[in-house]
Amino acid sequence: MWEYTDKVLDHFRNPRNVGVIEKPDGVGEVGSMACGDALKLTFKLDKHKKIADVKFQTFGCASAIASSSALTEIIMGKTLEEAGKVTNQDIADFLGGLPEQKMHCSVMGREALEVAIHNYRTGDTSKKILEGKVVCHCFGVTEEEITRVVRDNRLTSVEQVTNYCKAGGACGKCHNDIADIIAKVRGESPESTQAQPARPKPLTTLQKIKLIEETLEKEVRPALRKDGGDIELIDVAGNKVIVALRGMCANCQVARFTLKDVVEAKLKEFVAPDIIVEEGLP
Amino acid sequence: MTSKLVYLDNNATTSVAPEVFEAMTPFFKELWGNPSSMHSFGGQVRRHIENARRQTADFLGADKSEIIFTSCGTESDNMAIRGTMEASAERLNFITTRVEHPAVLEPARMLKDHGYNLIELDVDSSGQIDLGQLKLVLSYGPALVSIMWANNETGVMFPIQEIAEMVKAAGGIMHTDAVQAVGKLPIDLRDIKVDLLSLSGHKLHAPKGIGALYVRKGTRVAPLLLGGHQESGKRGGTENVPYIVGLGKACELAARNISEEMIRVAVLRDRLQKGILEKCSDVRVNGDQVHRLPNTLNISFLYIEGESILYHLSDLGIAASSGSACTSGSLEPSHVIRAMGVPFIAAHGSIRFSLSRYNTEADIDYVLEALPPIIRKLRSISPFGRT
Repeated sequence: MWEYTDKVLDHFRNPRNVGVIEKPDGVGEVGSMACGDALKLTFKLDKHKKIADVKFQTFGCASAIASSSALTEIIMGKTLEEAGKVTNQDIADFLGGLPEQKMHCSVMGREALEVAIHNYRTGDTSKKILEGKVVCHCFGVTEEEITRVVRDNRLTSVEQVTNYCKAGGACGKCHNDIADIIAKVRGESPESTQAQPARPKPLTTLQKIKLIEETLEKEVRPALRKDGGDIELIDVAGNKVIVALRGMCANCQVARFTLKDVVEAKLKEFVAPDIIVEEGLP
Repeated sequence: MTSKLVYLDNNATTSVAPEVFEAMTPFFKELWGNPSSMHSFGGQVRRHIENARRQTADFLGADKSEIIFTSCGTESDNMAIRGTMEASAERLNFITTRVEHPAVLEPARMLKDHGYNLIELDVDSSGQIDLGQLKLVLSYGPALVSIMWANNETGVMFPIQEIAEMVKAAGGIMHTDAVQAVGKLPIDLRDIKVDLLSLSGHKLHAPKGIGALYVRKGTRVAPLLLGGHQESGKRGGTENVPYIVGLGKACELAARNISEEMIRVAVLRDRLQKGILEKCSDVRVNGDQVHRLPNTLNISFLYIEGESILYHLSDLGIAASSGSACTSGSLEPSHVIRAMGVPFIAAHGSIRFSLSRYNTEADIDYVLEALPPIIRKLRSISPFGRT
């Protein structure tokens, strides 16, 4: 069984706002039988341009039904501008969280809403407004859509992307392309993307060292090794991280920039925002 | 939630028979010695293992010396496949089907990575293989063939006797994953010439954590686990005495009236199938209905998805399973359902009911009452639905 919250189970067992609105102001249909889930959302506006009524029909698992039901409750009474700001994370939060592998259900809700609003504004009924290059051919997911879930949910791995939008979940041929998109999105300077995710609690020194090692291993070393170099963690003192460049990097002047620009940026991003990197004796 | 339980998921696991549990308990309490010890306290346990070996062998029409106890069906499958390849002087082709359990398919794909020639036979829409295709691939050279006796998801049974004869005639080695067949069908290995057969205790009312591999005399298999003389050196590790005793007892129990019991189970299964077909529209039974395990029904409810059906059934105390994508955590429907070419419209809504000798007519009637409203409710929510 999945670890569903009571709220997920409640919305699954007693879904709110099931059905289709006759002569709706907006219609959004996403997903398909082949994909294993599909959602049709219809809404009607009142004279103040607020959502007076919204209904859904869903083909899918318990969390797909619950996510759709939750979405209707979230957007009821909102203006389209307000509703347009609802993210998949808002849907998941409303339900008290979803299992990681089921996050795509919340994304489906957000997509249907977007299509429905788009339909209201333009009359366009195309299922995918996020056009562009299809990356995952098995599930028909575009580069824009993947970029969107990576950015909205701060995803870091291909597996997460699969959980959130299904891309890469079947034949696996697009895994490299997805990894490239993640790298591209994460390359967008982290400071500029508003607030950092709240770190749950301060790290102990031991946890910090482990996390630094992990970050160096996953985020920094692969690039250095390509050029025949390496990096070694020498010491951690408070927010000061002392490292040494090895191999081909040890005597390379360009690598000095690597320390500040790449290593420090990565450690700020993944470990703690106040980290300062210094070079130790080679 | 309810405390009622109608358990129709016996292809996943079965309840431990009370007699089995009772037979096991002395080996936790008094008889906990090591059967290899040179004192009578431990040594006396040995004959209980040998008794269980005889019970298991008798149930299969095998000789005692042909039974190796393992920890589970997966271990038996791995040992049969990897052990045969290791023990073989020449490099064998590996022939299997696309609908095997992962315990066969994953070792197969590992062999492929190691440069072995892997041939996976297709199945048709009824889940059956083409024996002509098998004959053809057997002609490619010496082979280890691993074909399941019965499929866990659909209950479809392959013609194992005929397949084994073809394999032997071609000079190959024949393994069958009989995890779903043992305990549900009378099996006599004096007539059916497989070389290796895997079975799992918890599918026939023994506990989880015990299995066996049948190795026909004269068949060479290298051990997976080194480090002990146990099981004639074929499987190192101190024997799991209580569970071995439990498996022996479960085999003895299953052997009693297996044919009559299975007819009774098949009648219940057919009552369930007929009832669902009468009460629910837009359903399809998946797989060959003639060559099918007596306890299994795999049925698709069109326009709706399996996990939601299971959760609603579970709320009413009914346990079943599904080949839908959502239940596995993967994003695609089961490989068995897909290999049979079941259309997507039905694949995501496939439900497996699997019965045991402990099910009653009242269980089936309860399901037939509970299920149709669930199907109607989910179809009323579905954009593809018709009520």
